[in-house]
Amino acid sequence: MVERVSAPVWRTLGATRGGSGHEKTTVAIVGGGPVGLTAALDLARRGHRIVLLTRLDYIAAGSKAICFSKRSLEIFDQLGVAAPLRAKGVTWNIGKVFRGQDSEPIYQFDLLPIKDQKQPAFINIQQYYVELELIEALKKHPNVELRFGHTVSGLEQNDDGVELAVSTADGPYLLTATFVLACDGARSNMREYLDLSFEGSVFEDQFLIADIRVRQERPAERWFWFDPPFNPGQSALLHKQPDDVWRLDFQLGSHLDRAQAVHPDHVESLVRGMLGRHVEFEPVWYSIYNFRCCRMRSFVRGRVIFAGDAAHLVSPFGARGCNGGIADAYNLGWKLDRILTGRADAALLDSYDHESTRSADENIRQATRATHFMSAKGTAERALRDAVLSLAREHEFARPFVNSGRLSCAVDYPDSPLNCADLEAWAAGPAPGSPAIDAPFGTGYLSEKLGSDFVLLSNGFTIEPIVGLAQLQADAADSSLLARYDLTPGSCYLIRPDQYVAGRFKHPSALKLKAALRRAGGES
Amino acid sequence: MTQFISTVNLIDHDEIFERLVALHRGLDEAQSREVDARLILLLINHIGDPRIIAAAFEAARPRDQATAQSS
Repeated sequence: MVERVSAPVWRTLGATRGGSGHEKTTVAIVGGGPVGLTAALDLARRGHRIVLLTRLDYIAAGSKAICFSKRSLEIFDQLGVAAPLRAKGVTWNIGKVFRGQDSEPIYQFDLLPIKDQKQPAFINIQQYYVELELIEALKKHPNVELRFGHTVSGLEQNDDGVELAVSTADGPYLLTATFVLACDGARSNMREYLDLSFEGSVFEDQFLIADIRVRQERPAERWFWFDPPFNPGQSALLHKQPDDVWRLDFQLGSHLDRAQAVHPDHVESLVRGMLGRHVEFEPVWYSIYNFRCCRMRSFVRGRVIFAGDAAHLVSPFGARGCNGGIADAYNLGWKLDRILTGRADAALLDSYDHESTRSADENIRQATRATHFMSAKGTAERALRDAVLSLAREHEFARPFVNSGRLSCAVDYPDSPLNCADLEAWAAGPAPGSPAIDAPFGTGYLSEKLGSDFVLLSNGFTIEPIVGLAQLQADAADSSLLARYDLTPGSCYLIRPDQYVAGRFKHPSALKLKAALRRAGGES
Repeated sequence: MTQFISTVNLIDHDEIFERLVALHRGLDEAQSREVDARLILLLINHIGDPRIIAAAFEAARPRDQATAQSS
């Protein structure tokens, strides 16, 4: 997203004192949003020395990202912060699509078609709660330094490291790091310092976000309207957040005066149109935006690695921005760990570039299609879109055409250089390059057993212990896991430290497994 | 594999054409567009096979665009 109207303070953190002369660290992370903080926490639990630099000395108000996906929750669970976020957040799985003045949805969808997984499809929670939780978790790691109010003003890199020039209220200093993660958002300075391009397309339609506080009884579902009476010819979206806050999102079209659009009278008429004439509410955060879909050509530049909005931007419909960024951070953590501990060659970063650009492309493709569908231009495009909507009420076949945003889920990497291609036919289960799907396992869930190392998930096959490889045995009692993975007796899956499948074998051998492990682990 | 059929594949052409045209009788431009769009979507779903649908899209293009777009 671009051109936000406001970024007031939610919680003051205070500028971190100090930083002087010429310091050294293993990893410097630039940016204190959910992406930078997630990357920091993943590397922190792996024991690396981290300095996180963020320009702000406060957590920004404004709900910003609110929808956190199952994949993000699974990542947060691995990092030990999912439980408090879920306790605070609003859990939801159902989306409803309305058209015109009909009070009945034309269509509804369940984003968690496969039940019995530890995490729901989504929780809604204000971004600042997520940031606070991650900051609190990071403070427990003595190997992490969080520096608020520290701005990177320039950088230089050579074969051994990156030198950052940092400015603070107390004066400037230099910080040299073996690797630098640039997680400094859509208007990334790091991108500018390295003079890297950021290409894509700008969408002309403007949208209004109105976060309001209102007490009302409504189900925790995502409601989307095409052409509602309160916003004729445009679309609208409603999401429930914690603390009686609701996110209302209105498409405004492309010809609009911005000042007029955020004027309280204009916003109020839209809010009352959606929620009822007499509704009592209090404004929390109003913002006008239009958006771009773009990405950097490559996310790795020497020892500077880009993640999140700094590397790619998408339209917000589908919650693919923040969730996509968290996926980047988590894709990178274990790879960087292996490189820093000498277990993998630096070329393992190529697979980060491959997988994260693939993920960005998929997110941009999906978000662009959704945007085209909801802001259909021209008579033919509009007629086809409207035909889909009119058919959808009556005919089941037309419902999958309705695109109000395809919601974020983990992206597959079918062509990843880390994959070991299937040698046998599988009736089910995640293919190499796909994320492991959760299932009941023993008395808990599989996702709880997949740790920070490689995992061999098998039904009866074992090999001698290997450092960095945990072995999990499933048996007949884990029937839904066996079915979800087509884990017939003797077969096995090799799962990466980020819970993606590296390879799978109906007829495994120690030789095949070790080769797959070397490949996926980027061993030099 | 089923091929896209562009040879004669039905009988009673006059009857079908008359009924197709009759669908639009009394409709304005916008209504006609809507009927066409609905009809296309219904038929596309009935066909189902993406290769057949792609071949039909190709055959439907204005002739002066057909080669440029398919290259």
